Amino acid sequence: MALEPKKNAMPTQDPALRAHNFNEVALGYTEEIALSEAKRCLNCKNRPCVKGCPVNIDIPSFIMQVKNKDYEGAYQTITKSSSLPAVCGRVCPQENQCEGVCTMGIKFESVGIGRLERFVADWHNSHSTAAAVPPASNGHRVAVVGAGPSGLTCAGDLAKKGYKVTIYEALHTAGGVLVYGIPEFRLPKAIVAKEVGTLKELGVDIETNVVIGKTLTIDELFEMGYEAVFVGSGAGLPMFMGIPGEALNGVYSANEFLTRSNLMKAYRDKNDTPIMKGGRVAVVGGGNVAMDAARTALRLGAEKVYIVYRRSMAELPARREEVEHAEEEGIDFRILCNPVEILGYNNPDDKRDPKNGFVRAIRCIKMELGEPDERGRRRPIPVPGSEFELDVDTVVMSLGTSPNPLIKNTTPGLEVNKHGGIIVNEDGLSSRSAVYAGGDAVTGAATVISAMGAGKVAAASIDEYLMKK
Amino acid sequence: MYRIVRKKVLNPTVIQLEIHAPLVARKALAGQFIILRPDADGERIPLTVAGTDPEEGTVKIIFQVVGTTTEKLKHLEEGDSVADFVGPLGRPTETEGIKKVCIVGGGVGCAISMPLAQAFHKLGANVTSIIGFRNKDLVILEKEFTEASDRLIMMSDDGSYGRKGVVTEPLKEILEAGEKFDTIIAIGPVIMMKFVVETARPFGVPVVVSMNPIMIDGTGMCGGCRLTLNQDGKRVTKFACVDGPDFNGYEVDFDEAMARGAMYRPFERASHEETCNLFKAAEAAASANGGKEVK
Repeated sequence: MALEPKKNAMPTQDPALRAHNFNEVALGYTEEIALSEAKRCLNCKNRPCVKGCPVNIDIPSFIMQVKNKDYEGAYQTITKSSSLPAVCGRVCPQENQCEGVCTMGIKFESVGIGRLERFVADWHNSHSTAAAVPPASNGHRVAVVGAGPSGLTCAGDLAKKGYKVTIYEALHTAGGVLVYGIPEFRLPKAIVAKEVGTLKELGVDIETNVVIGKTLTIDELFEMGYEAVFVGSGAGLPMFMGIPGEALNGVYSANEFLTRSNLMKAYRDKNDTPIMKGGRVAVVGGGNVAMDAARTALRLGAEKVYIVYRRSMAELPARREEVEHAEEEGIDFRILCNPVEILGYNNPDDKRDPKNGFVRAIRCIKMELGEPDERGRRRPIPVPGSEFELDVDTVVMSLGTSPNPLIKNTTPGLEVNKHGGIIVNEDGLSSRSAVYAGGDAVTGAATVISAMGAGKVAAASIDEYLMKK
Repeated sequence: MYRIVRKKVLNPTVIQLEIHAPLVARKALAGQFIILRPDADGERIPLTVAGTDPEEGTVKIIFQVVGTTTEKLKHLEEGDSVADFVGPLGRPTETEGIKKVCIVGGGVGCAISMPLAQAFHKLGANVTSIIGFRNKDLVILEKEFTEASDRLIMMSDDGSYGRKGVVTEPLKEILEAGEKFDTIIAIGPVIMMKFVVETARPFGVPVVVSMNPIMIDGTGMCGGCRLTLNQDGKRVTKFACVDGPDFNGYEVDFDEAMARGAMYRPFERASHEETCNLFKAAEAAASANGGKEVK
């Protein structure tokens, strides 16, 4: 049987249509496509994909189960390693992980592992009615700070081992970046709610509206009887460029823009949270968050959306698939450009002009690439005299974040690095006994799956520590 | 859900609620704030803690009805609940080493400055309070201020209560008379805080202001509450939710804060109007239905 050299394409919503709605862009494999894709797996001996996965899912086994139409079996194989399969199948950068090292990928296109994972998870969610069964309790209590990817994973792994886990979440909804950051069209919130529901079935308690570091401290959690704490408090304050005009009305951080639209549902008309809709928008930055912000702006009714990025397309850190989707939808990439100033309206004749104080344009300078920097990326250098203006009403700064200071400030003995990230060893243990940490709170802005990997490592370490105690 | 234990109308547009939130009640200190969301479609808004009863587990908040969210809150009664209530957020007001303080409050800002007057009074500091309102009908918390202050000066814009004029007038007179304060704490409309700073500047008295910018998460994540400080000739971005809400008044860029506060004003006005109409329609339907409540 000849091998199909190309991966089965992912069915997607038509770009012209989806640019104006918040429904999911990628529609998912049908059973027929999934079976055809599963056949492409060579079930090779050295299984590089398993090592390429940050949570080491037994990928060849679940694909073989798909091939045999044992979809529920495939789901059970995945959930042995991952607490959030429907999420990972959607947002993992598989091209740099499992699929990046797939044996098929040496000569042909790699197997669509992420797409198959999503198919299996979606199949389970729409076919299985059996609730997850909590295992017998081992009598130990663990507190998890933050209901984002790392915290949910850590809680799920511990709950499966019989621990009584409570997650404390600062916001009003569990999910962390999965609900405040990643938009509906890339990750429907019903799917996040479903995965969170599965954890609750496993016996995990989730207390929303509790800010650790404010409402309760880490030390108080130990006083309350928790024997170990995992800190997955996530990203912190957004970075700005420090250029003139960043305080003008109409300038958002990506965190604020996305939180308004996603968490607060400002994209729906009946919700009370305001957001600037329509007009012309510039998103500064080239990561996945920048793509999410740009595509959200488009769906909110913008007539023109720019991505302003200081390096070239080759250096763009966002996933290729997201960049392609953004291009198809008509996002205008202004690469090798860097903002130098945001310009505002100021009507000297009418102090009450409602446009006063709002953004009218962004002034950029063209860049060229010089020698590689210490990380091997070619350094962008401004081209003298090349400044130009883009007329825009909204600017979204998507430049990354610095870790949240609240826990560091209220936990004596918890060491952080110069960026404010919590320092941990390879087991996820911090400088404080029985306090573990992972995800963006440790690394600064990174991916959902790397946070999940950290949550998994910490869960294993916590289990080992408490079983020895 | 967080239950409303008590409700008190302080003036036609200012309402006080005591809400059951034991974890917050145990921790909150003067100067800190909470964030609440009335219902699942609602907005998250920050409100300063106006007092706590740790034994009962309640937190007091005072708000003025200015938009959709506060309009929704106004229509909640004792026994009703708000969906979300989180805190205490922000840093408490610095009280250490302050023996003599002048507290300046304007309008509903008095709800924020009152617990500070009480805190300083309890610590044994000498408290002068200067509080101002537009007119007699809008006066709130006079009893609380009287009890917490060694000297209380009441002002009204139209002279219908206390002295006629703005709060900076008596402040200037007191400072000109040579009286010294360890600090002045100004809380109210941004424009009032700006002028308190200008009034105090020639006398070199420290001024602390409490900023109340637009906020969403309130935990140091979204960056919406940013403001600019002028520190040693440099412009520095700070976040009211984690760095504040109190700031050195001499450093705050008040004009920028005022402009940022107005960002959603047209949206807020339209949304508030729509909400009011919905409540009116519901009331009309209820009375047409023989007084039975329609939900």
